[in-house]
Parts: sequence; structure tokens; C-alpha cells
Amino acid sequence: MSAVITGLGIAAPNGLGTEEVWRSTLAGTSGIGPITRFDASGYPVRLAGEIPGFEVSEHVPSRLVPQTDRMTQLALAASGWALEDAGVDPQRFDDLEMGVVTANSSGGFEFGQRELEKLWAQGPEYVSAYQSFAWFYAVNTGQLSIRHGMSGPTGVTVAEQAGGLDALGQARRQLSKGVRLVLTGGMDASLCPWGLVAQLPSGLLSEQPDPERAFLPFDTGASGQVLGEGGAILVMEPAASARERGAPQLYGEIAGYCATFDPRPGSGRPSRLAAAMRGALDSAGLTPEEVDVVFADASGVPELDRAEAEAITGLFGPRGVPVTAPKTMFGRLSSGGAPVDVALALLALRDGVIPPSVNVTAPAEEYRLDLVTEARPARLRTALVVARGYGGFNTALAVRQI
Amino acid sequence: MSAFTIEDLKRIMRDCAGEEESVDLDGDILDLRFEELGYDSLALIETTSRISREFAVQLPEDELGEIGTVRDLLALINQRLSVSS
Repeated sequence: MSAVITGLGIAAPNGLGTEEVWRSTLAGTSGIGPITRFDASGYPVRLAGEIPGFEVSEHVPSRLVPQTDRMTQLALAASGWALEDAGVDPQRFDDLEMGVVTANSSGGFEFGQRELEKLWAQGPEYVSAYQSFAWFYAVNTGQLSIRHGMSGPTGVTVAEQAGGLDALGQARRQLSKGVRLVLTGGMDASLCPWGLVAQLPSGLLSEQPDPERAFLPFDTGASGQVLGEGGAILVMEPAASARERGAPQLYGEIAGYCATFDPRPGSGRPSRLAAAMRGALDSAGLTPEEVDVVFADASGVPELDRAEAEAITGLFGPRGVPVTAPKTMFGRLSSGGAPVDVALALLALRDGVIPPSVNVTAPAEEYRLDLVTEARPARLRTALVVARGYGGFNTALAVRQI
Repeated sequence: MSAFTIEDLKRIMRDCAGEEESVDLDGDILDLRFEELGYDSLALIETTSRISREFAVQLPEDELGEIGTVRDLLALINQRLSVSS
């Protein structure tokens, strides 16, 4: 069974909707800027990748607005775009033949913060009944399932950034068991005080105040990460079934997938990131020479950049493969980051152009990477997407033109 | 104490749970059941909890469980309001 992606829906800090994000990304337009969604002046971190101009009433039925966090509203919007792109009318499928598997990392933080504030300021009777599910990891999957009448297998993967690829791996497993269509991907949006404060203790966030200098993965000036909001929802189907129903396009197949977990910190044993990358290629029957571009995890934290660069050069050789990190325009989108990378990789295969990593003006020579810093035309057939999740998760996924 | 009207209810319902695209809350809804208006049990909990707070009226859960139609809920609220006034 070949699992193919037939529809894309992207919400990113540099655009709403697939083609808008793709145009902005090829042009190198960054969505990272000062935080405007709340007063961040009292925090050491004041930059983020915010999605501008998302008018919820234009994208989500009024019935669902009071019961959903922003991340769910974005997921609902993106799922509609993905289904439209795929030419899918869910009512023409048996509801048990359609599933939903999304990744999530933080839950509905903005909604949760608002209701918890009511709890301590006003009392329990003031807390919304919808708090009972609106802040759950599982809520995006649940709301998409209800909205589109998809009653087949559902699930949620939680492994921070890596979870975004794990969702696609799990979606593919469901297709191999006979499901005809899975909505998959990931969406996070926790740009609120609670969301930011929860991330500060990791020590991974950049405190650089200049939006063009704050998030510089693989650069000698790398100083940490910037948070962003957004993600992508994808339509995945068995290739045969997609062709049979006349899908408008088959962007590419999920050729290989592998997840690994790092040893305990301090154990002295090395990271398992390279093993995940090699495992994804092995499961696809690909050699490193057949990979045309790597979409890197691109941490922006020097020691993590070094580990990833070593894994890449260990597998592909020094400057052996073009490496890019469009997330330099978004910040790190938690569970949404890797699904966006997969969507951009598929668009790169379609259009024969590698999207750039922006602001990385002084790539560290010692990493020996062929870092793509301006949109680069290339013959592309296969891309490897890499994601690491805080806490030791490594996942790699290969997509291939079909 | 003034009576709780259908207009009060519709305002709170829209705030708490929006409006189903296929339903016109301004139509003749008094004898419709909440499920027919697209309001599930959670939407009804959210709505009645808002009414309790705003109108300072106790709406015991066991009595809310008996509620079927919009008319039933209006009657219950007004009965409780007259008891407490």
C-alpha cells in the first residue's frame, strides 16, 4: 500500500492557506516579529511567529467558536482547505472509512488560561463547561472528526515537534489496515502568557530582541529558538483509492518513516537522531544518494544544531545534500512544525525549488552543511523531513514523488 | 423580579453556543427540543450555568435533566425566579 498526500492546508505566521504560505516562503518573507497577542513587555522573550489576520468567523461555524481554542479554530480552517484541495466531499465516503490522527503538543493554552483565571478570580461556577475538553491534546482530532463526520480510527500523537511526523506515521498505519482516508498533521497555537511561561524554563528560547537575529539555526550567531503558532492538516489516502476517485493531484507518497528515542541524559550514549534518519531511508528502500533535500529540525540551540549537523553529514557526507529550514520564517510551531515542513517539501517536489532558510547569514563552517539560504531551483524527487521533540524524541519521514 | 423571556434565552444561547447554520433561533422555537436546535448536553450546561449566574437563580441539575423543549426551560427558570423573589 502506497500512502499518498492528496490535500494540503497550511496556517503559518507568513500566510493563511497553502499557496499564500508557499509564495511567502519562496520569497523569504518571515512571520517572526514582536508579540502582539498579549503584553509581553515583562517577559525575557518578546518575539514570536504570530499568524496575522485570522478572522475566526470567516473560517469556523459560530456554533463551534465558544467551545474552541485558537489552535482548534486554525485546525478546523486548515482541514477545510485540505479537503477542498484534495477534492474530497466527506459525505461521499462511508464515515467509518475516514479517520483523523493529529499531533498536539500544548493543548488549548489560551482557552485554558482564560478559564483558569475565572476559576481563581470568580469561582468554579464561572468556568466554561467547554473547558472539559477545549484544552485537551485530543481536542483537534475530536473536533475534526465531528466536523467532517469521520468516525473511523482516530488518535493523537504527543511528542512535541516529533509528534507532527509521528501522526503521519500513525495515519499511514491506519490506511494499511483498510481505512480509505485520514486527516492528519498537527496544529498548536499557545501564544499567551501561560504558553510562553511554560516554555521559558526549558532554556531553549532566544532572548534576542531583533526579529532577524533571534532564530538562526546552524549559524555562528545561533542563540536559541523562537516560538510560533500554526501547522498543517493533510489529507492522506492509499494511492490506488485516490486515483480511483480521481483525486486532482497526488503530491507524493510517504515513502519511509522511523522514530527513535534518545538515551537518558548523562548516560554518555549518543543521540539516536541519526538512527531515525537512517531508519526512515531504510524503510523506504532509499539510499542517501537518492535524497534530494533535507528539511532539518533546525533547533537554533548550538549544541542541538551540532548534533543534527553531525547526523546529517554522517549519513550524507560533508555538504552531501541540500539542507533547509523554512521554519526560520515561522519560529518553532510545536506539533505543527513538521507537518508544515512535509507540506512545503511536497510543494518543493511539485515546483522543483527548495525553499530557503532566512536570516542565516553566517552558517557555521564546522557543520559542513550545504545550507540553502535562497530559493534554489533543483530537480527534486525525494525529500527527508527531520523533527526532534523536547525530551528525546527523534522522527524522520521521507516523501517521494509518485 | 422581572420574568425571564425568550429574548433573554436567545441572547445567552448565542453567546454560549453560537447558532446552528440550519436553525433560525428567531423562528418559532418554543416547542422545539434543544437537540433539534443543535444544542447538545454540554451546550445546555453552559447556557444554564450562565443563566444561573446572570439572574441569580438556582437551577438544580435533576430538574434540568427533565428539560425537553425551550418552553420547558423558560417555565422552569420563571418558576424558580418567582420562588426566590
